[in-house]
Amino acid sequence: MEFGYYPGCSLSGTAKEFDKSLKAVLKVLDVNLLEIQNWSCCGASSAHVTNHLLSVALPVRNIIEAKKQGLNEIVAPCAACYNRLVSAQHEMKLDEKLRTKIEDLVEEKYQGSAEVYNLIQLFQKTGLEEIKSKKKADLSDIKVACYYGCLLVRPHSLANFDDAEDPVSMEEIVTATGAKPLDWNFKTECCGAAHSIAHKDIVLKLSKNILDDAIRNGADVIVTACPMCHSNLDMRQWSIVRSDKDFKSIPVLYLSQLIGLALGLNKKELGIDLHFISVDPVLAKVKEEAVA
Amino acid sequence: MKIGVFICYCGENIGRTVDCAKVAEVCATLSGVVHSEAYKYMCSDPGQNLIKQAIKEKNLDAVVVGSCSPHMHEKTFRKAVSSAGINPFMVEIANLREHCSWIHDDIPSATHKAIDLIRIAVEKVKFNEPLTTIRVPVTKRALVIGGGISGIQSALDIANAGFEVVLVEKEPSIGGHMSQLSETFPTLDCSQCILTPRMVEVYQHPKIKLYSFSEIENVQGFVGNFKVTIKKKARYIKDEVCTGCGLCVQKCPIKKNALNEFEEGLATRPAVYVPFPQAVPNIPVIDSTICTYFKTGKCQMCKKVCGRDAIDFEQKDQLITVDVGAIIAATGYKLYTIDKKPDNSIYKGYGEYGYGKYKNVVNGLQFERIASASGPTSGEILRPSDHKEPKKIVFIQCVGSRDESKGFSYCSKICCMYTAKHAMLYKHKVHDGEAYVFYMDIRSGGKMYEEFVRRAIEEDGVKYIRGRVSKIYEENGKLIVKGEDTIAGMKVEIDADMVVLATAMIAQQEAPRLSQLLGIPYDKHGYMQEVHPKLRPVETASAGVFLAGACHSPRDIPESVAMASAAAAKSLVLFGSDVLEREPVVAKVNETNCAGCFYCQKVCAYNAIETKEVRDKMGNLIKTIAYVNSGLCQGCGTCNAVCPSKSVELIGFKDDQLFAEINALSDFYYQ
Amino acid sequence: MSHKKIDPVIQDIIDLTGQDPALCYQCGKCSAGCPVRDFTETPPNRVVRYVQLGFYDKAFESPSIWLCAGCLTCSSRCPQEFELARFMDALREIAVKKGKKISEKKVEKFHKAFLKQIENNGRSFELGLLIDYKLKTMDLFQDMDVAPATLLRGKLGFFPHQIKGKDKIKRMFNKAQGEDK
Repeated sequence: MEFGYYPGCSLSGTAKEFDKSLKAVLKVLDVNLLEIQNWSCCGASSAHVTNHLLSVALPVRNIIEAKKQGLNEIVAPCAACYNRLVSAQHEMKLDEKLRTKIEDLVEEKYQGSAEVYNLIQLFQKTGLEEIKSKKKADLSDIKVACYYGCLLVRPHSLANFDDAEDPVSMEEIVTATGAKPLDWNFKTECCGAAHSIAHKDIVLKLSKNILDDAIRNGADVIVTACPMCHSNLDMRQWSIVRSDKDFKSIPVLYLSQLIGLALGLNKKELGIDLHFISVDPVLAKVKEEAVA
Repeated sequence: MKIGVFICYCGENIGRTVDCAKVAEVCATLSGVVHSEAYKYMCSDPGQNLIKQAIKEKNLDAVVVGSCSPHMHEKTFRKAVSSAGINPFMVEIANLREHCSWIHDDIPSATHKAIDLIRIAVEKVKFNEPLTTIRVPVTKRALVIGGGISGIQSALDIANAGFEVVLVEKEPSIGGHMSQLSETFPTLDCSQCILTPRMVEVYQHPKIKLYSFSEIENVQGFVGNFKVTIKKKARYIKDEVCTGCGLCVQKCPIKKNALNEFEEGLATRPAVYVPFPQAVPNIPVIDSTICTYFKTGKCQMCKKVCGRDAIDFEQKDQLITVDVGAIIAATGYKLYTIDKKPDNSIYKGYGEYGYGKYKNVVNGLQFERIASASGPTSGEILRPSDHKEPKKIVFIQCVGSRDESKGFSYCSKICCMYTAKHAMLYKHKVHDGEAYVFYMDIRSGGKMYEEFVRRAIEEDGVKYIRGRVSKIYEENGKLIVKGEDTIAGMKVEIDADMVVLATAMIAQQEAPRLSQLLGIPYDKHGYMQEVHPKLRPVETASAGVFLAGACHSPRDIPESVAMASAAAAKSLVLFGSDVLEREPVVAKVNETNCAGCFYCQKVCAYNAIETKEVRDKMGNLIKTIAYVNSGLCQGCGTCNAVCPSKSVELIGFKDDQLFAEINALSDFYYQ
Repeated sequence: MSHKKIDPVIQDIIDLTGQDPALCYQCGKCSAGCPVRDFTETPPNRVVRYVQLGFYDKAFESPSIWLCAGCLTCSSRCPQEFELARFMDALREIAVKKGKKISEKKVEKFHKAFLKQIENNGRSFELGLLIDYKLKTMDLFQDMDVAPATLLRGKLGFFPHQIKGKDKIKRMFNKAQGEDK
């Protein structure tokens, strides 16, 4: 299987362990990723927050580049990039006047939309059976809180692959790895998103609520599919740990890293050594897969 | 032929855009027209007198009126000319309002068009013939579909007037949703106490034939002459011999395989069951989907214990045909179910409130059962998960109503009232309990309704919070309700023990199918449509079919009862005469031309084409031709359209009449 | 035929979002679920109310529009399907264009700095972004706790990525942002 690949700025920088682990896992699953050449930033939050035209033009530029390179199916592991690409395509489809304006900005003709997949849809496409059959480690002792965040499942009309209030698609993938997904209340609650730098207090409060609920429901680890969420829950957890003596920390993994552990890949291959909160308590629960 | 033309100004309605004086002036010059005038209100007494006078003075043979739609006043003008001595069908109406003045702005063009319209009407009326109304007999028996409070009321009204009623109810017992309620607003009367006497009265009434556990299979015919097929579903119990002793229900070993529908899923019921103790008729039903005998052929415990040999596993559904003159649809409502639904369902549900996920989030009818003395908790307010008494209940209004995104755009009308009622019932039973109501508006417009809601707030201390709830989740056994009070501009978060959702009232699932059988329109929500929302709220576009209760739109009990009596009154109007007069606009076969191909019979939607034998003087058969039963014919004209030899014509719209109109129009344009 | 007379500010909002704020019937469900609700005195439904009543400056100058995290909880639960998050986007864009007072300056400066990086490099360059942001806000010591760790893990590149077509991107920015540079 082959897909076009849109890593996005985070995966090329502060979230490089996400990129590393994803590529390592896909290698085992025999899936090829073709990175879009000369891809540019999707605009993330900053574009749509300040300029509507830019917020559509930036993602559209990448769709056009991808299609020019013959890539009609694109994987965007970052939930924000995924959401921006899908939203921009939707607007281009509905608004002809906008389409003309955007084509003028991008200086290219829009040749229609591409299929854009998020991390969860990617694994649904490669098949959960593949993960189950290639498992090398036993994760059955690990209790996982699946954290979707905001932009994977909302708005429901665009991200129409799972329920917006009580999604289960990530839990299905986690089950395929052998780990045990938990039911908890903050699956889709906001982590504070782009306020990480300019309004850190919002992120600290919202992320702590999420971490608290995961811990309260007995999770060993939180699994996420968004680099912004990961940063807020992992990097910012450092600040929370240092300010609150009673706070018990909990590691945060990318979904690709959890799958990688199930497939027998090691800490370094999956970039787990790059996290802020130590993942060692979870790694200790990874057992050798019992030979049938 | 001498024709009189009468143009109505209709006040401003026509006069504003059409120069009526000019129209009258021009039309006076049309060939055949001997009288032409315009008047402010032709339909008024003086207006009608003008027509009658002109008929007498100028010996008119036919009249053309330029006025509003014939739907409004065709009958008026027909009566007027009839009293002046000419046949009522020698009148043609030219619609100068809906077809002209109301849809155009430019006065000269509208006037020109009005003249056109009169002109073609004049040419048509030259080919009109005197006709006599058709008389059909009326079957003085009513069919009431639905045995809830509306159906019961209609049935009793008609039966007490001395006419027979056939009452069909799809559930094993009559009573409808009202039998599930604990108390009713605004009096807090015990619902079953006021309902069951009526149910018994229906059952015992000599003029009412009740078919319970039955559905409507087919409806044929027309007003005064309906032929209805009822499917009496198999109870697997012989209702003629069953005494309702209940032994079979007691002894049935399959106790917990089915959710009790009457208890709204809060309890289970056996395979052989009676829906509730006061059920009418008090005859059980066997649920063949869970009964052991139907699955494996074993058990038959009920049969063993029945002292009257009433169990009959071989019983089949029965089809029964009845002749009725009027039909009243009283099929009621159901509540919007908001748990997660499959993807292809049009209902998206309300995942954020956790209904279906958290046991202690219930809907309005479920709370009624909890509060009800005959319910699963014997009237004590206890939470479904652990049967503990809730100390804090949150009530949320408008769940699914007034909601374009996940529900319905309309307001369900009764929720504000029953939520206030629920909160009060809770406070009366749990004195130290706290009740919170999240609302958007309070709609309490009935008699003593506003006072009822104020009582909840002022006397019983129910806390009303103006704002909606965004999410409910469970933590440590409590339901965390995240809401907002928009008046204070403050976040309101409550850790409740139980949440009651006032979910939207929607039409029954089978309502569209029934509407199609009855030939009546229904709206996009499945609610049956009335003829005119202001002046004809219980009649439908199908003459003889009337509406009662919530199948029309959300309403409470007093409104349903009033509507049911209104529908009964309409039926009694029909039964008040022995014959019904029908318009003679029916099809007629030219017996000489007809070759007997019967294409017309194939397309007739009303089964009005019969066969007729044409014989010579010796009695030998010459041919078999089509014959229109004018009693059944509805004048749709489809036969006229398909007949290859033009042998069947529609009286009142014959070919010569229509061609005259077309020719007149083209003449005018080529002038 | 609509009998509404539409105010120019409302028309601007409709042009950007495709929806008329009159849709909102002030039920408060958005505010009830808004994650940043506690950080502002003006809940989101009230921002819409200000616009509905014509008190535009109260909306433009409220901190709420800058604190909005774009989580889309409001838009996805609104019974009238009013896209409140998009409405907030429009208010911000118009507020900056009209030179209104910005109540959360750091947030606005962050987004400006972020976009500058894309304009110059085509992709985000975190180190450049952080330096630019800190200079704009003079908030030099925040995140000093995580900075060394981030650098050590190789998560902050010292140089921006290079892509082709940067000139086109620069032109795109110039055209889209117009006068409000």
